[in-house]
Order: sequence, then structure tokens, then C-alpha cells
Amino acid sequence: MPFDVRLPTVLRQHAGGQATVQANGDTLGDAVGDLVRQFPGLAGQVVTEDGTLHRFVNVYVNDDDVRYLQKLDTKLTEGDVISILPAVAGGQG
Amino acid sequence: MLRLAPDVHAQMVGHCFDRLPEEACGLLAGPSETSTAEVCYPIKNADESARTYTLDSLGFLRADRDADERGLEVIGVFHSHTHTAAYPSSTDVDKAPDPGWHYVLVSLQHGEAVVRSFRIRDGSVAEEPVMVEGL
Repeated sequence: MPFDVRLPTVLRQHAGGQATVQANGDTLGDAVGDLVRQFPGLAGQVVTEDGTLHRFVNVYVNDDDVRYLQKLDTKLTEGDVISILPAVAGGQG
Repeated sequence: MLRLAPDVHAQMVGHCFDRLPEEACGLLAGPSETSTAEVCYPIKNADESARTYTLDSLGFLRADRDADERGLEVIGVFHSHTHTAAYPSSTDVDKAPDPGWHYVLVSLQHGEAVVRSFRIRDGSVAEEPVMVEGL
């Protein structure tokens, strides 16, 4: 079943400028894989070459940070909304 | 040029003072592809530090949703430097996630807030003027 995936502005250029796209999969990892098949420019932006979540992004399923769920193995159920956000950090060093 | 609605400026600076001695941070939202911040979202500094900040990601998610409901989008991020000038540190430049964003620094180094804004693209920093509307 298709899930809505909300993209941050910085990644929309890789998805035809769309803020929300759809992806299929039983797990978050499958859905991200489907996303990359549709939009090859997103390869390496969400998941690293090692197949783990990139540390520069935070991924939410509804209101839950998937790092505190089962990461890419998080199971998706109908109506779930996936949000991808850049990690924002800095400081005076 | 970054334009700030007057209450956005007041809320941003107020939040930076409220969070002392820690660095404060938050997001700015405005109409897509404009440089006018109409809404300020103060967001928790997940680092709870006087030297670094990490935007609390759930706070970011909620701000992003609220902006979307208002027909706006996140156009920039602000944070305070409590003891240094309002200029991006090397950490800020390395970690800047979006070349389309405005990066606003609020320095409280000299007691009075100094607000400056920058664009950060591919590691290079360019300052832009900040205008508070109605002033």
C-alpha cells in the first residue's frame, strides 16, 4: 500500500519539486527503497551505502523517531505518514 | 535580504534571552520562495549546551507541519551565540543542511542582541541584509 512521504525542502529538487510523494513497502526500509527507485537522486541521501539511516537525517513515522522504533525495519500500517527531516545543528564551537 | 515580521524578530530575540546561558535555536517560516519570515518557531536545543545546538527533531517536525497547514514553509533557522559574534562558526558551516535556507545568528555577546543573516552554500558564507518590517 502507498504511504505519504514528506520531504524536506533540500531534497525536493530530487523529486520533481514535490513536498509529498508516495512510496510502497511493508517496512520503512522497503518504502525508502521504493522512493529511491522512483527518484534516483535520493540515493545516498536517506540511507548510507552500508544500508543504515544517514546521520544527517531524522526519519519519523507519524510522531515517532524511527531510531526509537525498529529503524529501517519499522513496520508500516495503513495511514502512516513518513517524514524525513534534515538534522540541524551547529554552535559557536 | 531577509525580511522579518516585527513579532518574528521580537519572539526570536526574546527566546534567545530566555534560554541563557544555553544556546537557543528555532526555525523561521514564510511563503515558499520568498525571503520573508512570517512565523517564528522557538525549538528546544537538544544539546542543552552553551556552546552547541541541535534542533530537537520532534520540534522541527511539529513546526514543519504547522507551517504546511498555514501554506508556509521553513525558510531558515536561527540560533544564538552567547559569547561570540553573530557570524557562522566552522561547525555552523559544516552542518548547514539546506543551501536554500537563511541562517540567522543572534549574538548576545555584548548584552544587546545583534541579529545577522547568512546564506551558506557549499561551505561558503555570504552575509545578507536583515530588514525588520515596519521599523
